[in-house]
Amino acid sequence: MKKVLALLFAALMVFSCFACNTQGPAEEFELNVNIASEPESIDPALNTAVDGAVMINHMFEGLYKWIDNGNGVAKLVLGQAESVDVNAEKTVYTFKIRENAKWSDGQAVTASDFVYSWQRLVDPATAADYCYMADILLNANEIMAGEKDKSELGVKAIDEHTLEVTLHTPCPYFEEIMAFPSLMPVRQDMIEKGGDQWTFDLSTYVGNGPYKMESWEHNSKIRLVKSENYYDYAKLGPNAINFALMDDANAIYAAFNSGQLNFIEEVPVAEIPTLVEQGKLNIDKYIGTYYVCFQTQKAPFDDVRVRKAFSLAIDRNYIVEQITRTGQVPASGFVPYGVNDALGIEGDDFRTVGGNYMDVSKEAYEANCEEARRLLAEAGYEGGAGFPVVEYLYNTSDNHKAIGEALQQMWQDELGVTVNLVNQEWNTFLQTRKEGNYSIARNGWIADYNDPMSFLDMWLTGGGNNDAHYSNAEYDALIMQAKSTSDAAERMRLMHQAEDILMGEDVVHAAIYFYTNKYMAQGFTGMYYTPLGYYFFGYTKQA
Amino acid sequence: MASYLVKRVLMALLALLIITCVTFIIMNLVPGGPFMSEKAPSPEVLAALEAKYGLNKPIGEQLINYLKDVLRGDFGVSFRMQKNRPVIEIIQDLFPVSARVGLFAVINAVLIGIPIGCLAAYNRGKVLDSALRVVMTIGISIPSFVVATLLLILLSVNLKILPGMGLTDWRNYIMPCFALSFYPMCYIGRMTRSSMLDAINADYIRTARAKGLSSGRIIFKHALRNSLIPVVTYIGPMIAYLLTGGFVVETVFSIPGLGRYFIQSILNRDYPIIMGTTVFLAAFVIMMNLVVDILYKVIDPRINLSNGGEA
Repeated sequence: MKKVLALLFAALMVFSCFACNTQGPAEEFELNVNIASEPESIDPALNTAVDGAVMINHMFEGLYKWIDNGNGVAKLVLGQAESVDVNAEKTVYTFKIRENAKWSDGQAVTASDFVYSWQRLVDPATAADYCYMADILLNANEIMAGEKDKSELGVKAIDEHTLEVTLHTPCPYFEEIMAFPSLMPVRQDMIEKGGDQWTFDLSTYVGNGPYKMESWEHNSKIRLVKSENYYDYAKLGPNAINFALMDDANAIYAAFNSGQLNFIEEVPVAEIPTLVEQGKLNIDKYIGTYYVCFQTQKAPFDDVRVRKAFSLAIDRNYIVEQITRTGQVPASGFVPYGVNDALGIEGDDFRTVGGNYMDVSKEAYEANCEEARRLLAEAGYEGGAGFPVVEYLYNTSDNHKAIGEALQQMWQDELGVTVNLVNQEWNTFLQTRKEGNYSIARNGWIADYNDPMSFLDMWLTGGGNNDAHYSNAEYDALIMQAKSTSDAAERMRLMHQAEDILMGEDVVHAAIYFYTNKYMAQGFTGMYYTPLGYYFFGYTKQA
Repeated sequence: MASYLVKRVLMALLALLIITCVTFIIMNLVPGGPFMSEKAPSPEVLAALEAKYGLNKPIGEQLINYLKDVLRGDFGVSFRMQKNRPVIEIIQDLFPVSARVGLFAVINAVLIGIPIGCLAAYNRGKVLDSALRVVMTIGISIPSFVVATLLLILLSVNLKILPGMGLTDWRNYIMPCFALSFYPMCYIGRMTRSSMLDAINADYIRTARAKGLSSGRIIFKHALRNSLIPVVTYIGPMIAYLLTGGFVVETVFSIPGLGRYFIQSILNRDYPIIMGTTVFLAAFVIMMNLVVDILYKVIDPRINLSNGGEA
């Protein structure tokens, strides 16, 4: 009997081991993804790129964080904070930091960490490009301009776990800003120890997010592993997330096909139509607009009729269907679909509420061209006669070139005007465009946060990104009013009015299409995404 | 010999100084800057960035500061591509990648180029000579990106017998090394052939034949050594070129090497990386030329280095 029992016990052990092994692969699940090549920076304050932000989102966490809404779309919930109180004016927020919020080395995350990080962000000595993300905080603008000391910033540690945040005016997208990488906390002692190189040393690169960096092979791979000190450690998915640092579309696509990569965003242009047809290429919304801007201070584009004629003569459907071919939407305004209006995600978006500034349907194209010719004639260039030869400036790239050639053809055929294409290398192009040494130039804008202001305040007179050199006092006044109002509905109304001037009356530029984000994924489920271009892999499961 | 060496080293340092100054000035004259981007930084941030990296000072002062830093072994940090990472570390990471591919390419070019040159010369006027000359002419006429692309399409895409990108195992090296070495291999072959023909017609070879030495001995012992001088002259800079990375080949095969990075640094106006790689590459080329000059002495004892290298 003893022998039988021993045998039975042994069999049970073998079986249980076997059972363990069958679960093995799931436990050893690792995800290999490619977003881009070597990141410019993985310092939350210094990063300016989406690829860096995706990595930072896995290694750091702000007061708010993005989680899956159940349909693969990210929604905001409290992150490092467990509760928040806000005053009636919505200008003072008091956060309670989680008791179990820990840095990857086990040390507790405190309110002082946020104070240090945000003061560092706005400190001119840090020279952070994205310091303006904190401009909603009291005194931030003055500190960035060097007029006040960083200690006067509207953030205070009441005690170890209580943080008080003061805004100069209420901000409807406050929660989103609190989840933005620039405002994620960093450790003072680590930065003081590592100096400018703190991100390159594993011993100083300490984060408070779900994952921590295990290794960084420059130009090859960044490996993240689960942070055992993260409060939600038990629910995390892959044991490791490997970011393959590659930038060649052919190589990336080949690595995906050979199974070396689970997720890619870059595929060779020639493969796109087939992949779309086969349903292998996934397309997501992306809050951004591709447009051409006119130099509004120089003839002939100082005449709104000429600008409007050029905009109307663009066949946007041809461009998205024949050239870009990844689900882009013809643009009928500047603020794209997906940007929240007064009711947030519950109501219609800003574009739907604001309506279209022109009919971009295929059927309307002929009528649009007719109107364009009429406007051009009214401006003194009937049939294009007497219209000077102008240049279309773009940065060297096959895709921009193809769009430029299509525009050139459309303007020639429909308006009878000659437009020469000029391309410049990226950096030279940026300078030429910024200085306004062009007639028509390619342009594009991706939002930093989900709010129409991200698209509209750039056109203020003298704005750093106002490449059209546009100036309209009425427009400026509306934007400044919108910035200072605390009533969400009124704020939106003012911004709609501003867009009416920008696109309806002044036609500062011709919006062509709203961007999309494309990706291919295999071997896993549970990823989610924000239309700002951030993908989250921390809770994925092996398929 | 010693005085010659001292003179050459001093000349090399002067050349390096001139290269550094000229590159620095041209780099600053090119439109654009390291902090330009689709989303322009605010004037305050731009001023802060320029102050942080010392770009707010006059060009002359910046250049002098840079030279002082370089003398201390500090090549600065990246402004943009890998923000704040020391340039020295970046070069240390990338140079070995380029050098590995380059080294195999050098071996390939020399070990195949010289024998095929000898073979063609030895078989002058025969079918083999004509065939080799056709191959060598093709080799020096086709740019490396065409060779690289053809190899990629044929061996990786169509036949699928070699991997097309990265440097994960030894098979990854075959195509880039061949593409990189094809031109120098053919060039060395042609050069060896013509100098070998000159040598074969020389009096001392006739004497050797008259003495009844075997053809192999005549070719490899007497003619080859004398015909190698122009080849060695070429091999010096070639090694520097191949080891520091062929930009085109590195791009086609997605090799994360120094050559490719150098071009990207120019496009990004990452000044410290542009300067660091330029100084490094220039120093390497100058050093290889110096080595070649010294090798002359080994190959041809008649060359007297103390007289400025004249025979």
